[in-house]
Amino acid sequence: MNERNDDLPDEELEAPPARWGSLWLLTFGPGIWAIHFLLCYVTAAVWCAKVAGRTGLLGDASLLVGLYTLVALVGIGLTGWRGYRQHRFGHADPPHDFDTAEDRYRFLGYSTLLLSGLSFVATLFVALSVVFIETCE
Amino acid sequence: MTVGSLLIWALVIGLALYVTRAHPEAHGVRSARWLIIGGGVVFPTTVLTALLIYGLMLIPELRATGDIDRRIEVAGEQWWWRVRYPQENGEAVELANEIRLPLGERILFRLSSPDVIHSFWIPSLAGKVDMIPGRITELVVEPTRTGTFRGACAEYCGASHALMNFQVVVMEPDAYRDWLAHQATLARAPTAEQARRGQQAFLANGCGACHTVRGTPADGRLGPDLTHVGSRLGLGADALPNDREALIRWIGHTGEVKPDVRMPAFGMLPVDELAALAAYLSELE
Ligand code: HEC
Ligand SMILES: [Cu+2]
Repeated sequence: MNERNDDLPDEELEAPPARWGSLWLLTFGPGIWAIHFLLCYVTAAVWCAKVAGRTGLLGDASLLVGLYTLVALVGIGLTGWRGYRQHRFGHADPPHDFDTAEDRYRFLGYSTLLLSGLSFVATLFVALSVVFIETCE
Repeated sequence: MTVGSLLIWALVIGLALYVTRAHPEAHGVRSARWLIIGGGVVFPTTVLTALLIYGLMLIPELRATGDIDRRIEVAGEQWWWRVRYPQENGEAVELANEIRLPLGERILFRLSSPDVIHSFWIPSLAGKVDMIPGRITELVVEPTRTGTFRGACAEYCGASHALMNFQVVVMEPDAYRDWLAHQATLARAPTAEQARRGQQAFLANGCGACHTVRGTPADGRLGPDLTHVGSRLGLGADALPNDREALIRWIGHTGEVKPDVRMPAFGMLPVDELAALAAYLSELE
């Protein structure tokens, strides 16, 4: 597996479709993290302004945040899994730095995986604040 | 903090020396991978998570407005501070440009602004909180040692923003009680001849339209209360020291000291009248 064989034409590979170079998957992890953050923020703000009052409890709002977090983590997990699959495509080890469509594909997958890891932790950090801060104060 | 940063610095330099001097040859793939995963992923994530949890656990206690010993209302106005100390009898003592706090009490600041956004900041005591027109924001402070600390406006609010400061004095509770009781009293009548003329000039020149000196006909509300202005540590929201010379300069050249200030300069008054005003005001201790 450690053998580099990108330079040999791989029989199984067909000409890579154009979407192989797509950057979209890369943005999913950080994108979900950002949307999760925004949703949590807006939910807490609306809850404290309209429902609980400035000294009230977060109560059900933290359940909502929990729900967002669950959905976000699953989304990021799936993105990371996709990235991992893409990274393991064919036979090659990182850093995937050959000037070929396949290596670009693997490289983007690997980056997606790493960014998903970062987004996963960051999303957890956002959710931690409602665990420890239970009020609107 | 210093010790911690020195330790981290020593560690980083030590590692750099280790790989460049002690073992300059290539390292094994396995050990390098462990170093990257352990030192680059697991270690920082663990440390940051621990620090985050520790910080988050402190927040509710810092912000709780439940068990408050005392409230103080502060309004940021271009470019000074109106400070009100509510009393047990329901009335409030209104002062300005200086805040005093009793040691060890939890104090709730209620912050507001009648004009533009200011920000209330005493760096040594607490974080900054915006003062927003039409809203009341809150800040809890619990001073843990006596001393004098500097406060400032931390949100650009116009020409004299940089000259909108104040001093915060944390006092022993007994001294604080005496101080507040004294600040609640009416102004003392001028004793020296010059100060008496100063009081007449104060009333004759319309200073009382904007300034209150409790116990006299001066009851204006546009500018700072001057009942005990002589006892303050600074002048014009700490733009000048509080002495007679500075008072003369303030009254005669207000706009030069503080650009755009909302008080007209009285430079047209004769010098001895300015001196009399300064004598009067510095007697108001
Ligand atoms: C139009 C209203 C107005 C008039 C009239 C006026 N002042 Fe003022 N005065 C102010 C305002 C507003 C401030 C606060 C300025 C600042 O610090 O930005 C102030 C500040 C002061 C201060 C500093 C107070 C402190 O807490 O440090 C003194 C002293 C003072 N005025 C004296 C006088 C005297 C004496 C007169 C009359 C000769 C006078 N003022 C007339 C509005 C006025
Ligand atoms: Cu300001």
